[in-house]
Amino acid sequence: MSEHHHGHGHGHDHHQHDNHFTDMEARVKALETVLTEKGLIDPAAIDAIVETYETKVGPRNGARVVARAWSDPEFADWLKRDATAAIASLGFTGRQGEHMRAVFNTPGTHNLVVCTLCSCYPWSVLGLPPVWYKAPPYRSRAVIDPRGVLAEFGLELSAEKKIRVWDSTAELRYLVVPERPDGTEGFSEEELADLVTRDSMIGTGVALSPEAAR
Amino acid sequence: MNGPHDLGGQHGLGPIAPEKDEPCFHAEWEKRALGVTLSCGAFGAWTIDESRHARESLPPATYLAASYYEIWTRALETLLKRHGFVTQAELDAGHILEVGTEPKRVLKAEMVEGVLARGGPCDRPVATPPLFFAGERVRTKNFNPETHTRLPRYARAKVGVVEAVQGSFVFPDDNAHGKGENPQWVYTVVFDGGEIWGEGADPTLTVSIDAWESYLERV
Repeated sequence: MSEHHHGHGHGHDHHQHDNHFTDMEARVKALETVLTEKGLIDPAAIDAIVETYETKVGPRNGARVVARAWSDPEFADWLKRDATAAIASLGFTGRQGEHMRAVFNTPGTHNLVVCTLCSCYPWSVLGLPPVWYKAPPYRSRAVIDPRGVLAEFGLELSAEKKIRVWDSTAELRYLVVPERPDGTEGFSEEELADLVTRDSMIGTGVALSPEAAR
Repeated sequence: MNGPHDLGGQHGLGPIAPEKDEPCFHAEWEKRALGVTLSCGAFGAWTIDESRHARESLPPATYLAASYYEIWTRALETLLKRHGFVTQAELDAGHILEVGTEPKRVLKAEMVEGVLARGGPCDRPVATPPLFFAGERVRTKNFNPETHTRLPRYARAKVGVVEAVQGSFVFPDDNAHGKGENPQWVYTVVFDGGEIWGEGADPTLTVSIDAWESYLERV
């Protein structure tokens, strides 16, 4: 920000941020008003869309898929072969999950998903993408410096671990199946799902240990 | 197009800054931006490929400074004006001034659940068998179209291995410009980090893209 060069402090930056925010608020308001007056959109439909992603479609869906794969080898196999169908069998379908692929972490390989060209993300299992996933730093660096990126998430992989980065350049949407943590023998699917974080299904994290989840 | 969106491998864009316990939305206007964007997509007037192209066609300085909901909103204004649904004068006034294009459909609240659950599959049959097979070495094309493409710059003119034939899908390079869906086979192609980044590349790194058949040549 040029403000720093002019010696202005944090307060000035914050002020500018607020102005920008207000500009977008006004812009979206104008858009919604014009479209509503024209009968082109239904404000109640917008509420329904927002409610869907705030309360129904989120990373808990993906966590259930992973927990089932950890618990049921046949399901894991199905997920490997036909992720779209296997995931649909748990009731998770729809927008930005039409063509799913599941990629499995192993002791030798860690998977990381990015969309360098836009913001492609498996909405049906993870919900709406976090801000950082859509922002230039992650999109630029995930493909060239994944270890540096993972370090910013607090994840240090061993030097010999292979890293596979999946750039979602087409309509396939990727779900990472993290490795099952140690000490989870006998856990129910519900208990296992509590260990599966959103980031572990993008590849910017791993599943929680039972101790960490407590 | 070689636009601001094609970010893979760029330097200097800063730290990732993941946010702990990030909320679903950071402001009320983001909720409305999401809903308005999806509602307008339901008009059936443009494709997802055209909307992606509208986003990447924003001025680079605007694109790089904007949050993603801002990118969506600005691109949506372009699309609505291009297809005659609203005018700039209406956006400036914040009110209806004239009658515009009739959409194929208007998304009503009771339709939302079904529409979101159906999504928009874009796999399409093609008449010919795939040209490439899993395990085959291929080279990506070197090209720099000014129009929409999903072959990122960092992965052009690189040799990789076909890992999987993923099915046949609408070809965005054509579909974004109203030239038809013209489906092609799509392949997951894997590159060694060294092939893409050269000197100093992480030796443990492989990167894959999903490439339409016409992006690829036999080695």
